[in-house]
Amino acid sequence: MRFSTLLKNPAEWMRTPGPESDIVITSRVRLARNLTGHPFPGWARKEDRLTVMEEIRLPLESIAEMKDSFSEEMTKLSAIQKQVLVERHLISREHAAKGIGCGTVMNRKQTISVMINEEDHLRMQAIRPGLQLLAAYRSLDQIDSTLEADLPYAFDHQYGYLTACPTNLGTGMRSSAMLHLPGLVLSEQINQTIQGANKIGLAVRGLYGEGTEALANLFQISNQNTLGTDEQEIIEHLNRVITQLIENEKNARMKILEDRPTMMQDQIGRAYAVLKHAHIITSKEALNYLSMIRLGCDLKFVPEEERETINVLLTEIQPAHLQISAKRNLTPEERDILRADIIRTSLNRLTPPDFSTILNDREIEDDE
Amino acid sequence: MKCDLCQTEKATVFFSQVADGKLQKVNLCKKCADEKGVTDPTGFALADMLEGMGEQSQTEVATLDSEEPSCPSCGFTQSDFKKTGRFGCADCYHVFDEGLDGLLEAMHKHTQHVGKTPASFPDLPDLPDLPDLQGLQDIQDISESVSTPAPPEETEPGPLNKLSELKKALSKSVEDEDYEEAARLRDAISQLESQIRDS
Repeated sequence: MRFSTLLKNPAEWMRTPGPESDIVITSRVRLARNLTGHPFPGWARKEDRLTVMEEIRLPLESIAEMKDSFSEEMTKLSAIQKQVLVERHLISREHAAKGIGCGTVMNRKQTISVMINEEDHLRMQAIRPGLQLLAAYRSLDQIDSTLEADLPYAFDHQYGYLTACPTNLGTGMRSSAMLHLPGLVLSEQINQTIQGANKIGLAVRGLYGEGTEALANLFQISNQNTLGTDEQEIIEHLNRVITQLIENEKNARMKILEDRPTMMQDQIGRAYAVLKHAHIITSKEALNYLSMIRLGCDLKFVPEEERETINVLLTEIQPAHLQISAKRNLTPEERDILRADIIRTSLNRLTPPDFSTILNDREIEDDE
Repeated sequence: MKCDLCQTEKATVFFSQVADGKLQKVNLCKKCADEKGVTDPTGFALADMLEGMGEQSQTEVATLDSEEPSCPSCGFTQSDFKKTGRFGCADCYHVFDEGLDGLLEAMHKHTQHVGKTPASFPDLPDLPDLPDLQGLQDIQDISESVSTPAPPEETEPGPLNKLSELKKALSKSVEDEDYEEAARLRDAISQLESQIRDS
């Protein structure tokens, strides 16, 4: 499959809703694996990395699930193409910076993506819409089990799968969910929530992982510990916490609607106004307003169908996607203009938010 | 002062910790500190890690001068680990296993893998840390409370076998959506796991 084909198809998770997909955008699971007899990528020479890449690519590409995959060496991709893959969460920012002897393989639906010679020889990821961590793990587990028949994995009975960084030892598994938590942000409970999650061994990060800012009220929550707990228990624990977070988020939204309905109306109405009429808009501003429209969908002030448009826009308005669609490099100023254009076009059918439910409630209260 | 980790940026985050009556210091630049989550209250694993490894490499440097031990497979040394926080190859885990358990304990709260094992690795080849008789007794107590009592003479279930049995039962109960049973099994498993660890 060619890069242009990959681009034309939005990732499956953007188009199909999953369980709890009003609050949980995606579930992702990644496994880290290494081969015996070769240094880890960060310590390996070019030749070692090339050998490992060759050793891995063939068995990987011949797995049924990876049929007609997109498979490329990092040196063959332009900076913008790599950035597009980062914006789609198909490769990490670290991997985008890699060169000789590093590769990327992903299936057509973009549900499975594999980085070769990132920090470990193999970093495989499964991504699903909504809250489906176990399903994501199972699909990846199958690929992993097929691969282990062909590849000599580095494994130790005490330490589990041996990884370059000891923080990934054991299962080598990181499972994470991307959550949309505007209610907890607006009600200023988010810091408390993050600290709580940290205390029980979970990490909470921004949109693009470690060290990135939380944009669009999106937060990634993931397990930190990988040694001493098996895959299923790690996922179940994360699931329990996420279920609780969903509950908290819903309560926070209801509480705001009850206590400060006008503030909520203002936030959503303002987002509508700006997105519909802006001609220059930064990524950050756009993402944060799109988050408010999404919240409007959840609360039924905005038609449900818009959720998919918003999901696609969240990715399409990012810098590299914009430059691919313009077919040239753009200055930040040019990007802000194109971004505003794309948003106005995508939302042209969007009608003003309908707050009649809130207004009716208010009239009832006035009558009493 | 340079950052202990990347050795390039200026160190601006300083940790001090008294361990075994000795003051240990770690100096990091803002970037490394953020990256390693050191500024986050749960991220102290890195500090522990640097303390542990640093102390060792210092004594080694003192006694062996520049002749630092290195991994025979890939040439990696402990100073390299101190610099990068990563190992060089799979064999490094055995070459530098001294002090590793302490580091893993700080990072993961555990030092023994449970979970998926590649099919080509025979199950449980060596059981160096098997619980003693007392441990076995406790495990049988659990097994009775978990409703699949097997006469002890018959199978003498190893605790790790028992563990995998419990986990299978747990998966089944989750699949059957029998959450009450699942919760009971989960607790039995974590109790058993801690016994195996402590023994």
